[in-house]
Amino acid sequence: MKPRIAIFSLTSCEGCSLAILELEDCLLDILGAVEIVNFREGMTERSWDIDIGFVDGAVSTPEDMKEIEHFRECSKVLVAIGACATHGGLNTLKNYQDESDYRKYVYGDQAARFPTIPAQPLSGVVDVDYQLPGCPMVKEEFLEFVKVVLTGRTWHLPEDPVCVECKRNGTLCLYEKGIMCLGPVTRAGCNAICPSYGAKCEGCRGVVHDEALKAAGINLREQYDVDLQDVLADLRMFGAYQEKTLP
Amino acid sequence: MKNVTIDVQHVTRVEGHGNILVKVESGEISRVELQIVESPRFFEAFLRGRRWYEAPHITCRICGICSVGHTCASVQAIEAATSIEISEQSTMLRKLLLNGEELQSHVLHVYFLAVPDFLGVGSVIPLASTHPDVVKRALRMKKLANDICAIVGGRHIHPIAVHPGGLTHVPRAEELLALKRRLKEARADLQETANTYRTLKIPDFTRETEFVSLKTVGNGEYAFYDGQIVSTLDRNPTNVSEYRERVIETVVEHSAAKHCRSAKSPSYMVGALARFNNNYDQLHPSAKDAAGALGLKPVCHNPFHNNTAQIVESVHVVENSIELIDTLLTRRLTEEPLVEPTRFGKGVGSTDVPRGILFHEYELDENGIIVGSNLIIPTGQNLANIEADMRAMMPGLLDSGMSKEEITLRLEMLVRAYDPCISCATHFLDIEWV
Repeated sequence: MKPRIAIFSLTSCEGCSLAILELEDCLLDILGAVEIVNFREGMTERSWDIDIGFVDGAVSTPEDMKEIEHFRECSKVLVAIGACATHGGLNTLKNYQDESDYRKYVYGDQAARFPTIPAQPLSGVVDVDYQLPGCPMVKEEFLEFVKVVLTGRTWHLPEDPVCVECKRNGTLCLYEKGIMCLGPVTRAGCNAICPSYGAKCEGCRGVVHDEALKAAGINLREQYDVDLQDVLADLRMFGAYQEKTLP
Repeated sequence: MKNVTIDVQHVTRVEGHGNILVKVESGEISRVELQIVESPRFFEAFLRGRRWYEAPHITCRICGICSVGHTCASVQAIEAATSIEISEQSTMLRKLLLNGEELQSHVLHVYFLAVPDFLGVGSVIPLASTHPDVVKRALRMKKLANDICAIVGGRHIHPIAVHPGGLTHVPRAEELLALKRRLKEARADLQETANTYRTLKIPDFTRETEFVSLKTVGNGEYAFYDGQIVSTLDRNPTNVSEYRERVIETVVEHSAAKHCRSAKSPSYMVGALARFNNNYDQLHPSAKDAAGALGLKPVCHNPFHNNTAQIVESVHVVENSIELIDTLLTRRLTEEPLVEPTRFGKGVGSTDVPRGILFHEYELDENGIIVGSNLIIPTGQNLANIEADMRAMMPGLLDSGMSKEEITLRLEMLVRAYDPCISCATHFLDIEWV
């Protein structure tokens, strides 16, 4: 029996679901190895007998709460894909504003029709078996994950910061160009794609571990002339770190 | 059929969450709604307080399918608000990047979302075994489109290198040469696409409406990245900064996305068919040939032919990309620093993205912090037109002897023909500050 796969979306851009369709070279092989039984974006049929459920998007409405609990019940293994599902993602930026204010700002006198709750990752509501972070998730990492899980092995996320990948790629450190980058605190696994295209790491894969954050805090305070509020704003962008001060 | 209720919860094979509701009571059509039930995300609210240069990287996350399009509209709006003028090289690279997304989106839509209806299957998956050559061809073109985006912008979903003032990365000449070779090979795949498409029976339905799109008035180029606003009913171009003269938004009860009308019409259509109808003369000769072979002529009022126009545009985009690469290579690619802002104020940017004309508008304070924004999305502009089409189609469908299931499928096909992107559409806003 092929494993029965479902792909769901909560509050998100659905880019992580789409990233699966962008694995063009091996999409037909994946379809040969699994049975897709529920994927609203791509197919009409829907089944609720699911071995592995992939979910993109944050829990951000009362409806999302109900749906994620339903997905959890129906899925033997539940996998959060992308920053919205693993960390709340960009959706968490609304959490810093007054709820009645942001609702009124966007929906005016119709605000009451659009219920919303503070955005949170799936793990805030249900047990999540695996996390594939990133905005979007790294499609190569998704493919590796599928191979590992289908062959009964154990999946682990990288425990290095993005800096390790920049060094391996021979990318000039952005701090040398005077650009504050979140590479030192962010979990690797993206092959440092943003720095390799000349842009700073925005922390979309989350903080790799607390020690990295502490070290970065000390370095930034003592060695660099940066506004720590800017650093915090960067760390908030994808929900990587939501506290008011650096450790 | 005197009493019929059609209630499709979460229409499949569209981007985002939408429902179709049609009610016929005693032979009278009482309700026709495309309900938008996507979760609101509050982009306009949480953009407030973020820094000017972040807008493209934040707003591209509105939608995974359209992220290059949002990037292009957003970065142009920020550049207008900061009086940045980018280099010709940067403009050409962004146009090439956007061509990648237009092609990727059109191929995805035609092959993965629309064609299964015509072949009587629920998704592209069964086609992998019954029509493997067709699926492999689709994947080959989609991959080419993604690779264009990856080489120029870092990736298709949420591109990295586009920044106000230019791009943070310049592709290598050999990467562009390799793309050019594959673009030339794609001509055969597009020819086959047109051959396959010609065998499908496109529903015969027309309703006169207004078509709105960008148009390049100056150099005569078929408009995607920038231009001025025109329509089939008002061909005098309007600058994008004056978009409120052409787009009037209204709130409706059943939709998390605002509806739009123009000064001329209660509803209008945007997207590939609108661009085709307004800008046919500016298509590449090969794209005009494709249109001729597919029997598509401007002005076409059958919304199902939006798919046909997507194929015609795909041909254009491939030819235009080859020309862009030739020009870039002749000029020689150079590393360029980002152009710095000279002021912080208000600005509008508009790009004609795969699903139609898209507007981003921002207001910055004196420190470059975003204090207000307005985003008008193609799908939001199409919603009223889709409902008007459904309303006009229903009497014919009810008289045709079709079963309720067949009518439902036809309505779903209509919605899919517009290629709606509902994630995008739920970002409307009543704005006070302008």
